[in-house]
Amino acid sequence: MISSNRPLSPHLQVYRPQITSTLSILHRLTGVALALGTLLLTYWLIAAASGPEAFADAQGLIGSILGRLVLFGWTFALFFHLCNGIRHLAWDAGYGFEIETTTRSGWVVVGASVVLTLVCWVAGYVAMAGA
Amino acid sequence: MSLRSPLARVRGLGSAKDGTSHWWAQRLTALALIPLTVWFCISVIAMSGADYVTVATWAGSPLVGGLLILLIVATFYHGALGLQVVIEDYVHREMVKLVMLLVVKATSLVLALTGILSVLILLFSRT
Ligand code: HEM
Repeated sequence: MISSNRPLSPHLQVYRPQITSTLSILHRLTGVALALGTLLLTYWLIAAASGPEAFADAQGLIGSILGRLVLFGWTFALFFHLCNGIRHLAWDAGYGFEIETTTRSGWVVVGASVVLTLVCWVAGYVAMAGA
Repeated sequence: MSLRSPLARVRGLGSAKDGTSHWWAQRLTALALIPLTVWFCISVIAMSGADYVTVATWAGSPLVGGLLILLIVATFYHGALGLQVVIEDYVHREMVKLVMLLVVKATSLVLALTGILSVLILLFSRT
């Protein structure tokens, strides 16, 4: 069967991880994680619609240590997927394909998602202290 | 150069002619999600530690309720399209793939409707 001149995906066992390939799979992983996170978002909305007691239960669950850990991971997943999504949209519009540029924009995405995540959590705790 | 393998050609597999609209819908929803998620995060952070009435009044205003519904629609549409691609990439047993795709679509639809109805309840029960 002649199919040898078709483009192939990288062979993962022998392919050295690089910033480009790592962020590529991270985009997919965070996308799936965010999709799972919609369960929490829906639960929060149902609780708000069900009244003060249900809402207090939900806030208690989300405010627990485990809840905060999940929410922290979710914040990072969102910001990574958001920033890298913008990088994807730039590619779709035809920009940023040089190898040097993709490496640089990859690191910018990593930095921006870490900073945005931390800024959100600091702002959240500041708002909570003021409330 | 054809991207179809000889086997795929024999089986007649290939374009179902709706790849472009799927691709386009995924980008459009992504674009809409940029301002919507940023707005949602800022709003929720500003309300950290706020009581029930504050949150319910916020979510039940026409502007916020409308934006929340847009966020819900864009999120579940974008998420369902995205999960579809992931499933099609990794699941190759036809029956399992079909069932998983249906489960993703049905779950997304039910969750989206549940979210929208919750927002409407908050809107109409606003005092
Ligand atoms: C916040 C704004 C968002 C932006 C800008 C964005 C952007 C994108 C883009 C451009 C893609 C296509 C990537 C590709 O070409 O492979 C994508 C895929 C995906 N997104 Fe999002 N997204 C956002 C939010 C979300 C949310 C909230 C969810 C969860 C429901 C989500 C779930 C997914 C999934 C599951 C995929 C498929 C991943 C893959 O095929 O590898 N995204 N996103």
